[in-house]
Amino acid sequence: MTAASSFLRDAPIEHVIVPPQASELAARYDGLLAILTVICGAVLLLITVLIVVQAVRFRARGGGPRGYDRLRARHWWVEAAWTLPTLIIFLGFFAGGLALYLAAFEPTQAPALTINVIGKQWMWKAEHPNGAREINELHVPAGVDVQLRLTSQDVIHSFFVPALRVKRDVLPGRYTTLGFNATRPGIYSLFCAEYCGTDHSRMRGRVVVLEEAAYADWLSRQDAAATPAAAGAVLFRSLGCSGCHAGDGPVAAPSLAGVYGRRVPLADGRFVLADEAYLRDSILLPRKHVVAGFAPVMPSYAGQVDEAELLHLIAYLQSLGAPTGPAAGPAPEEVAP
Amino acid sequence: MSTTASPPLGRRLDTRAAAAGRNYLNESTSLRSWLLTTDHKRIAWLYLASITFFFFIGSLAALLIRLELITPAGDLVDSDTYNKLFSLHGIIMVWFFLVPSIPTTLGNFLLPLMIGARDVAFPRLNLLSWYIYTLGGLFTLTATLAGGVDTGWTFYTPYSSMFSNTAVVMAATGVFVVGFSSILTGLNFMVTVHKLRAPGLTWFRLPIMVWTLYATSLIMVLATPVLSISLLLIVLERVFGIGIFDPALGGDPLLFQHLFWFYSHPAVYIMILPGMGVVSEIIPCFARRPLFGYRAVALASLGIALFGFLVWGHHMFVSGQSLYAGAVFSLFSFLVAVPSAIKVFNWTATLYQGRIHLTGPMLYALSFVGLFTLGGLTGLFLATLALDVHLHDTYFVTAHFHYIMVGGMVTAYFGGLQFWWPKMTGRMYSEIWAVIAAITLFIGFNLTFFPQYLLGIAGMPRRYHSYPEAFQLLHVASSAGAVLLAVGYLLPAIYLPASLRWGRRVDNPWGALGLEWTAADTPPIKHNFHQTPVVTGPPYGYRNDAEPA
Ligand code: HEC
Ligand code: HEM
Ligand SMILES: [Cu+2]
Ligand SMILES: [Cu+2]
Repeated sequence: MTAASSFLRDAPIEHVIVPPQASELAARYDGLLAILTVICGAVLLLITVLIVVQAVRFRARGGGPRGYDRLRARHWWVEAAWTLPTLIIFLGFFAGGLALYLAAFEPTQAPALTINVIGKQWMWKAEHPNGAREINELHVPAGVDVQLRLTSQDVIHSFFVPALRVKRDVLPGRYTTLGFNATRPGIYSLFCAEYCGTDHSRMRGRVVVLEEAAYADWLSRQDAAATPAAAGAVLFRSLGCSGCHAGDGPVAAPSLAGVYGRRVPLADGRFVLADEAYLRDSILLPRKHVVAGFAPVMPSYAGQVDEAELLHLIAYLQSLGAPTGPAAGPAPEEVAP
Repeated sequence: MSTTASPPLGRRLDTRAAAAGRNYLNESTSLRSWLLTTDHKRIAWLYLASITFFFFIGSLAALLIRLELITPAGDLVDSDTYNKLFSLHGIIMVWFFLVPSIPTTLGNFLLPLMIGARDVAFPRLNLLSWYIYTLGGLFTLTATLAGGVDTGWTFYTPYSSMFSNTAVVMAATGVFVVGFSSILTGLNFMVTVHKLRAPGLTWFRLPIMVWTLYATSLIMVLATPVLSISLLLIVLERVFGIGIFDPALGGDPLLFQHLFWFYSHPAVYIMILPGMGVVSEIIPCFARRPLFGYRAVALASLGIALFGFLVWGHHMFVSGQSLYAGAVFSLFSFLVAVPSAIKVFNWTATLYQGRIHLTGPMLYALSFVGLFTLGGLTGLFLATLALDVHLHDTYFVTAHFHYIMVGGMVTAYFGGLQFWWPKMTGRMYSEIWAVIAAITLFIGFNLTFFPQYLLGIAGMPRRYHSYPEAFQLLHVASSAGAVLLAVGYLLPAIYLPASLRWGRRVDNPWGALGLEWTAADTPPIKHNFHQTPVVTGPPYGYRNDAEPA
């Protein structure tokens, strides 16, 4: 592996402990971290002081008989007195963590910008909607809801940007998403956080947050070969998909117009939502979901297309229009398995 | 523990020191008599020798890791070697040191003595466990010699099954084999506690050490098979290409993590409960007070063992598991932390109105409480969903589990070893050196691992061979601490063996109660008791008015 040449210089790091707050979430994150630190610090201090003070006060050489042990006399009360507050504080932590998690990671609206990121041993490849590509670096606009669509070409990696306080595992055979809204332009560290083999620790890069205009400017200066959808359209023809799916071939295959986001009826009677994962499976494991009314004749493309090409094909399928009612094609009927 | 003939408190019972008498050590001395022994006390020594050996190897790997991390560039060893070092370290420390540590040494030695039995329920099975352990160890060492393994102790797929080209199968076999030793020991202990308690020794008269060994055994028996199966599945995929975990073969990459943590989260309690047992014996003895909230502590041990099975998903908050799963696992993690908190409060309250002797073992025990508390509290950070997103797989996690497993369990192990050393050998070691070692350990440990919390918050990922320069300061601090920590561990390795030759002969130097002290000779005879002890009262009959030993 001659990846050595693709190692980037590390992003500048100025903090010793708390990373810069490059997103809205980061400030709230640090707030919650501070609350836990203060409360847990106080508990630790309490225990330490109790141990030290008692070790001195009740030391053996102190002589004399000991006082009445008030605690022990009512020890079930005492147990309750420290168990209940503990439980309540714990539930508070739980609620705080869940609330922030929901706010930060459950997107309420569609992202303004989706960027594809593929992890592979040992580099990050990103592709912007206009087809601009980069390696081990990711340019994003500030103030925009960005969503990363993550997948891996080989083993599990994890996309980690401390300044944004976000991390998401990057799995082979699956799409995971990571959303953030960066607020502060700058250059921040990007790490792979899931151990992935030899050069795991070199799988670092940088996230460059630019003002929106600067991002647009940066995009325009990249020599984008083709948008993912356009690249997908080319693949769709060269891989022979169009031969079946164009509608005029010898094989009966469903029309793919508007397939993305549709509820697809399957031969076994189930319905599935045609999301990225479904499209991906349709191409790599066509037998997994057979569309009702069609013979399972579509060949598997596993091994013929890599993750980047898959994302292109999916982008192309997504570009084929919005959902248009029920599945196109012949009426559902029994299909031999 | 009071027996029919409760001995006077706090008086040094040297009168019974078996200076010339027969005991389990001098009964027979041939090598054969050791290697074929079925005496639980001798088997404890066999384990002690083996786990000390593995602890040494694991520590050596750790030392190299810390040396490498002094500089940001990966310059001491190359990446592959580094990855093999931390894998070796983790695999050895978890399965060949920490999981067996207290149960197989102190546990083996004490369990029958504490419940007034002549031996464990299945003495031959006990010996077999040791041989299986040794066999597993040999496999793992062979894997190391055959070039090592680089998957980390977690063996995550599909890296371990399809991508790593190191000795994964060999190493997994070693862990698979040693699992059977755990299961057999667990089974043996459970049956022993159920069947062989002395007359009058009801469940709520058992020392907490026995409760925790029982809880540990329960986990060993219930969880270990899941680990064995997961490892087997890796081997199936790796050797026969059967698609289980690798999506390229139609497998599910997350399935392994579910299986692995279904074992490994409960297993972290295998690695702490016995430590809790040890300090629950030491603290009352040197505070001269009965353990506070005995029943609460006993039940908390069982609670931890059972609820520990419900929280494995907290290792997977950012892995892509569903949000609802994450929320439930987070909630359960907080609930399972409650019994641990209860124990900390009870140990602290035990000191109240006590008559406290800051002996070596007591210092270890108090260190345990402090370090375990910090480790547990930082576990709360990790169980907090949103916070874990940033902290997961950083040095914060490394610090968290080292505080509990090393700061907690290993400290308890050293404390326990010294507390019962006189019982096991009939000799007293140098108390001054024990005090020095305990303090060195406490300071060295904090120096080594506290900076790692800060590193984690700063964003430093785990398992990194090289790292950005900005993190160097904290790494250097950590490596410096490791030197002190090593001294803390080496000292007992000198003064304990030395005591065998120069130590003063003693019987019960602590004035400790408990059947092992009050009803058995020091060192015990081959069959433990001259006659079966009868128990008439609750454990920990310590009184603060008695003058100390
Ligand atoms: C041999 C003809 C053939 C070729 C070539 C072919 N397909 Fe298909 N495809 C089918 C048939 C028939 C079905 C419906 C049965 C099924 O689901 O397997 C189908 C189903 C699909 C579906 C699911 C459609 C739905 O309505 O849910 C997608 C998506 C798809 N194909 C994409 C592709 C892509 C992309 C390619 C090229 C890489 C391709 N196909 C190549 C025949 C083909
Ligand atoms: C007090 C209750 C505890 C809580 C709430 C807790 C919580 C957690 C959480 C949430 C994680 C996952 C962190 C992550 O990977 O992002 C974790 C990791 C870990 N914990 Fe705990 N923990 C507790 C006690 C313990 C105990 C008692 C032990 C061991 C004796 C332990 C050992 C570990 C280990 C080994 C890991 C990391 C495993 C790895 O990734 O290699 N924890 N803990
Ligand atoms: Cu990695
Ligand atoms: Cu866990």
